[in-house]
Amino acid sequence: DVKSYRKVQEDDDADGARVGGNEKFTNRPDNTAFTQQRLPAWQPILSAGIVIPGFVLIGLAFIGVGVALFVTSRSIQVLERDYTGDESGTPCASCANSNVQNCICTLNITVETLFKGPVFFYYGLSNYFQNYRRYGTSKDDNQLYGVLNPSDNCAPYAYNSNNQPIVPCGSIANSMFNDTFKLYQTVNGTRQEVSLDGKGIAWWTDYNIKYRNPTNNPLKDAFNGSNSGLFYRNFLINPIYWSKPAYELDTSDPSNNGFVNQDFLVWMRRAALPDFRKLYRRISQDKYPDGLPAGNYSLEITYNYRVYRFSGKKKVVFSNVSWMGGKNEFLGIAYLVVGSMCVFMSIVMLIVYAKFKFPDEE
Amino acid sequence: MKLLGATAVEDKLQDGVPQTIEQLAKADIKIWVLTGDKQETAENIGYSCNMLREEMKDIFIVSANTAEGVKEELQRKMCPEAAEEPSVIKSRAGLFWLKKTKTVQDEKVDGDYGLIINGHSLAVALEKNLRLELLRTACMCQTVICCRVTPLQKAQVVQLVKKYKQAVTLAIGDGANDVSMIKAAHIGVGISGQEGMQAVLSSDFSFAQFRYLQRLLLVHGRWSYIRMCKFLGYFFYKNFTFTLVQFWYSFFCGFSAQTVYDEWFITCYNLVYTALPVLGLSLFDQDVNDRWSLQHPQLYCPGQKNQYFNKKAFASCVMHSCYSSLILFFIPWAAMRDTVRDDGKDIANYQSFALLTQTCLLIVVFTQLCLDTYYWSAVNHFFVWGSIAAYFAITFTMYSNGMFYIFTSTFPFVGTARNSLNQPNVWLTIFLSSLLCILPVVAFRFILIQLRPTINDKVRKHLRQTLKPSGLLSPAPRRLLRRRSTRSGYAFSHSQGYGELITSQNFLMKRPLKRASLFPQTDSPIFQNQPQHYRTITEESEESPSP
Repeated sequence: DVKSYRKVQEDDDADGARVGGNEKFTNRPDNTAFTQQRLPAWQPILSAGIVIPGFVLIGLAFIGVGVALFVTSRSIQVLERDYTGDESGTPCASCANSNVQNCICTLNITVETLFKGPVFFYYGLSNYFQNYRRYGTSKDDNQLYGVLNPSDNCAPYAYNSNNQPIVPCGSIANSMFNDTFKLYQTVNGTRQEVSLDGKGIAWWTDYNIKYRNPTNNPLKDAFNGSNSGLFYRNFLINPIYWSKPAYELDTSDPSNNGFVNQDFLVWMRRAALPDFRKLYRRISQDKYPDGLPAGNYSLEITYNYRVYRFSGKKKVVFSNVSWMGGKNEFLGIAYLVVGSMCVFMSIVMLIVYAKFKFPDEE
Repeated sequence: MKLLGATAVEDKLQDGVPQTIEQLAKADIKIWVLTGDKQETAENIGYSCNMLREEMKDIFIVSANTAEGVKEELQRKMCPEAAEEPSVIKSRAGLFWLKKTKTVQDEKVDGDYGLIINGHSLAVALEKNLRLELLRTACMCQTVICCRVTPLQKAQVVQLVKKYKQAVTLAIGDGANDVSMIKAAHIGVGISGQEGMQAVLSSDFSFAQFRYLQRLLLVHGRWSYIRMCKFLGYFFYKNFTFTLVQFWYSFFCGFSAQTVYDEWFITCYNLVYTALPVLGLSLFDQDVNDRWSLQHPQLYCPGQKNQYFNKKAFASCVMHSCYSSLILFFIPWAAMRDTVRDDGKDIANYQSFALLTQTCLLIVVFTQLCLDTYYWSAVNHFFVWGSIAAYFAITFTMYSNGMFYIFTSTFPFVGTARNSLNQPNVWLTIFLSSLLCILPVVAFRFILIQLRPTINDKVRKHLRQTLKPSGLLSPAPRRLLRRRSTRSGYAFSHSQGYGELITSQNFLMKRPLKRASLFPQTDSPIFQNQPQHYRTITEESEESPSP
């Protein structure tokens, strides 16, 4: 026993410097819960009572959601037709190879059963990298908001060879999709046009907030260089690839003209992946309130957009939607797979726990 | 002779020194004593600290003055059958394996030994030709006591251990003569008090009593190691995951270095969103509270063996990141590939995809942090939930109309949050990817705890079971079972003969006991310059009946 060696109790308090004599506790640290790391805390551990039932619950919930998603996805109708025309014999092969402007080709579509409305009509592109970085930065948000001089981001699509400013500048605007489509239903041998509705196909925030026309009325005046700023010495001209200027995108509807044209907005919202589809029109519900009835249809395509050089592909897609959006079987299948794996893992863990618990408790 | 009087000098040990030494020994920490006192004093201190015990197999004393004598004493004592030269392993260590190291291997011993070496012999033993032998012999002993050492020799001993052993050294002392030792060791600890402040001024840590060393090592040192390892592992994980997702996207964007995340997210990720939670983890985390850390010194061993963050742990962190990044890119990719919003409009655009992947990433990274945090104080709760809320607040602010009006080209993502995050399939994708990243980790950890529980797991489980009935119960304090030492601590400044007489306690015991003969030499060996032997005299316990 070390009683004989025990230090006298009073020396315990001499933590601090003894210089002052009375400063006994100068160096003593604070004795609060925070400084002494005694904060009250929740200390969870991975116990079997939480993990195994948790896995079972998650597994069952996932299986339920997966079934719902899968069933919903199955009920969505999609109709796709490729019209690139890259091989002879495919539709629009004649237009793909010729250099004729506004070449028209026709696609025959047969709808087997009623295509429940509202039916959305998309155009799709493949091997088209709208997510390429230099492509993506090549636009000017300020210009599209009304201040018309192009920024340097748009180079080399900011000024043309005559040093005239391009409006709207940039590569994204320049490459705007310009095929047009007309849908006809063949009823009793005659072609009836199916009216397509192009209102509200872009995001509401794009139309109302992000893009704004210059305030000139008519819009054409904004582009003749008379707008403020010594900068606009020349006419502002349309992008090189465009056949008509921005103020003529939709002459019939001023609210769809210029920078707030719906097709332009849809195109400017660039896609994340190389295969994408963009909304073109809606089958208007005036004449077809229930959707597209079964029958024969012909789609008249004005083939302007050349994709041959980069091996791109073009297609049209008819689709209806549900609460989960368009047809996507992956999500349903993934939920089912993960749910069943969770249930399986919970059984494995239960076996491991039961087997190894008992020796542990001894 | 007429006895005029008696003088005595009492050099007291501080409170709690034997208990501290015992606990540290249980934590696999070897303790050596380097003192300037003379041999008998040092030996008595050793016995009273419980470093030298009576049940030790043998205690060797090295006090020769010549090289040959010291060599003979060191070599022939412990393992007579051991190799002539100590085995030295040459290896490379350090960054890129540039540093060449020589390590003296540990050798097996059969029993506990103690070594006492005095300053004279130490001076000889620290020469180039003998020092490895000294180190080998010393490391075979449970306890090493060096007496009559000069301050320089203290530093030299520490340097010897540092250089030839893959071990971390800590030197603790309280006087000015300990300064060189404190500076030489990896960690220097100074005790402030009666000997002045010299040791304190040159040390890394200082406190007032030796027994605080226990808390420094077993509580704070251990926590610090665990926190650091958790922090490093988590930090590498979150940054690798973040970067690898960009790598997978590059296959789909024409290798054009297009970031899959919004640029503002990349700026704020390490700076704002994940800064405070990981700070909370590395400042406040405790796996076992301090009382239990002191009661279970074995918890200290993983730190000594560097188990929590080594090359293997780093590799597994990288693997985990790869897996997470694959989930975090390809699940959104597959879910968004050819689909639209529930009103037919676009959802597979770049901005929505960026928002989706960044939200998935952040939620996965936060959930991983929640799994790693073992100690949820109020600060941790505030940091974690606050950071998630800050992410959504900042995102909605940056994508709002107001910011777009003010800084048009800086915040082009206007409207993205509103148009994407109200879609059920976006949230379903987020849940799927988060759970697919987290559930394997949970399952793996759970199964590992069942199959191969570490000492940490067992103590935490025990702690939880003890805490359940009522508030904060401290574990039942374990009594230090020490046999009552029948050795009395006396040291005499002159000849040995009387010392043996007194220390044998022969005349103090009531019953005569069988023992070996005590006085083989009648004349004093001091003048013969022979090593002084202190044979341990094993006493029978008092309860046994006399034969």
